[in-house]
Amino acid sequence: MLGSIVFGLWWIVENTVTNLATQNKSVGFGFLSQSAGFQISTTLGTWLFDYEAGSSTYLDVYYIGIVNTFVVAFFGIFAATALGFTLGIMRLSQNFVLRAFSTAYIEITRNVPLLLQLFFWYFAVLRSLPNRRGKIEIFEGAAGINITGLYLPAPIPAEGFSATMIALAIAIAITMGINRFARIRQHETGKPFPVFWVGTGVLVLIPLAVFLVTGSPLSWEFPEFRETGPILRRGYQDGMGMLIIPEMMSVWLALTLYTAAFIAEIVRAGILAVNKGQTEAALSLGLKQGKVLQLVIIPQAMRIIIPPLTSQYLNLTKNSSLAVAIAYPELVSVFAGTALNQVGKEIEMIFMMMSVYLTFSIVTALFMNWFNSKVKLVER
Amino acid sequence: MIKITSAIAGVATAILATSAFAGAHGDTTLGQVQAKGFVQCGVSQGLPGFSNADDAGNWAGIDVDLCRAVAAAVFGDASKVKFTPLSAKQRFTALSSGEIDILSRNTTWTMTRDTQLGLNFAGVNYYDGQGMMVPAGLGAKSALELDGANICTNTGTTTELNITDYFRANNMSFNLVAYEKADEVVAAYDAGRCDVYTTDRSGLAAQRTKLTSPDAHVVLPEIISKEPLGPVVRQGDDNWFNIVRWSLNAMINAEELGITAANAASMANDNNPSVKRLLGTEGNFGEELGLSNDWAMNIVTQVGNYGESYERHVGLNTPIKLARGVNNLWSQGGILYAAPIR
Repeated sequence: MLGSIVFGLWWIVENTVTNLATQNKSVGFGFLSQSAGFQISTTLGTWLFDYEAGSSTYLDVYYIGIVNTFVVAFFGIFAATALGFTLGIMRLSQNFVLRAFSTAYIEITRNVPLLLQLFFWYFAVLRSLPNRRGKIEIFEGAAGINITGLYLPAPIPAEGFSATMIALAIAIAITMGINRFARIRQHETGKPFPVFWVGTGVLVLIPLAVFLVTGSPLSWEFPEFRETGPILRRGYQDGMGMLIIPEMMSVWLALTLYTAAFIAEIVRAGILAVNKGQTEAALSLGLKQGKVLQLVIIPQAMRIIIPPLTSQYLNLTKNSSLAVAIAYPELVSVFAGTALNQVGKEIEMIFMMMSVYLTFSIVTALFMNWFNSKVKLVER
Repeated sequence: MIKITSAIAGVATAILATSAFAGAHGDTTLGQVQAKGFVQCGVSQGLPGFSNADDAGNWAGIDVDLCRAVAAAVFGDASKVKFTPLSAKQRFTALSSGEIDILSRNTTWTMTRDTQLGLNFAGVNYYDGQGMMVPAGLGAKSALELDGANICTNTGTTTELNITDYFRANNMSFNLVAYEKADEVVAAYDAGRCDVYTTDRSGLAAQRTKLTSPDAHVVLPEIISKEPLGPVVRQGDDNWFNIVRWSLNAMINAEELGITAANAASMANDNNPSVKRLLGTEGNFGEELGLSNDWAMNIVTQVGNYGESYERHVGLNTPIKLARGVNNLWSQGGILYAAPIR
């Protein structure tokens, strides 16, 4: 049996090498240093790597793909978690309207294919925005939106801004220390400590003080809108302010709304799985409804919620590859699509792409496993 | 273990058997076509003006006319064709496996395809090139005025490279939004996401009919790449290759000689020997192809000359509205030049 598997693998490799040879194709990663001759639409990736068609390499294209995939997955996971928990708790609410809304939302969203939702949101976004020569102002002169994207002020850190970042890191460390101290003190003396307020104060005040002392080393670059001049040059100007393209907004929106429905169901299942006696016991101790949820139900529900929640996070990351359909330049689109068609190194490039998704997924899974071990029931 | 081995052996035998079968064409393509009584023609899945089926399933277009011309030459009956709609990915496999006899599907003649895929291009029936379409309201008359434009196109084609090269060569800036499928490109361009839609010019003309108001868009005059489209046959059957090549040449020569579907019969006894040779009243050119001598007469009377086919499907009086441009005869300022029949 083992012999036949080894033979099968050998046969596949041998066949691949022979077939590549007959097509005069070489195997190797030398193409990564070649320059890429195509344009990529403006995104975080192209900005970070200063992409320019003709001088940037295929390796840059790879990195841009990774960054763009990561950004949308990262923000998607955050938003989907927040929305999913809200909807899941709403679904168990005593209030009929909240419950009905949540149920309807979940049933509709998770029963429609994600690709269709992606198209729906994309074209809904496009159709509802003014054209390139127009705009909807969100903050007068500072932020606006039209069909080419959402334009926001871009922060430009000056020299000395790193001090503020260091202060922020110190503040985070202090907050964690306070949290630990409060827990130990409550354990020993039973006195609660206002961790939230003190922590927030530390997190805001320390970096703010350092920022002001170093002379506010941060300026803002505002988007620029022109209403005169050549017609193609009117509208928001390239390279001024921060741009979020509509493709990214729709991908993020669709992934968030879709995954939130599944997370809501997981949250509901987790809460319902906590024995009713726990609620009754907590209520009979005199805790209020909110405290019961926060201190008794959610902590116990979390250990049921987290493993399936991890799967949803992994799904969201992998689903982001559907963005190729609506021109968001993530990994599958720019690297395994455009670049692959120019270079033709299928095996190497698909391998590189799979490694990225594998790494993302493994890191997510490891983090969630660590988190799971923190919240799981400690049996004595 | 024994079971697996025998299964592998069985599969291997099956693969060998099918490839041996596919390789053995026992007969010539002409012989097979005559035996089954029709030409099997590979076309697109729907490109208006080139190959497109109407509601009743009748195929029409200049690529379709070429297949009809071959049928007219072989059978004296242009209706003896069956069509196989193919995607860009399937087309070459369908031809080399013998599923179709001719591939006439707006296929660009490139060196790779000609030399590495075991295929032969029998000529060019449409000289295409990458072009750009903009909303008329933009007021642009030339692609050189497009500095700063947002451009929509398909991903994974040479179009992305061509457009980047063009803008870089002319020192203009632009933003490229690349979609996976043509339908999304059209929808996004229609919604106003981009100022420019770029693809092959014939594709622009055809996709334009899908826009909300096709007349509010103009195709700019610049052509930024070479895309010669033509019919393809398998390598290794020179006679069939000749039949397809000369069916196309006959249509082009007929236009040059002023022979139309309407006047072909009366021109058969014209004084011009070139006309006589084409229409089969002088010489035996048809028999040399293995056909009858009225082969080209049948093409012209049943399908028409190249110009008639062009005007019927993609010309200015159709929704596609493509001017002849380079696809005019060499004598009319274009580059269509068919070898003479003599």
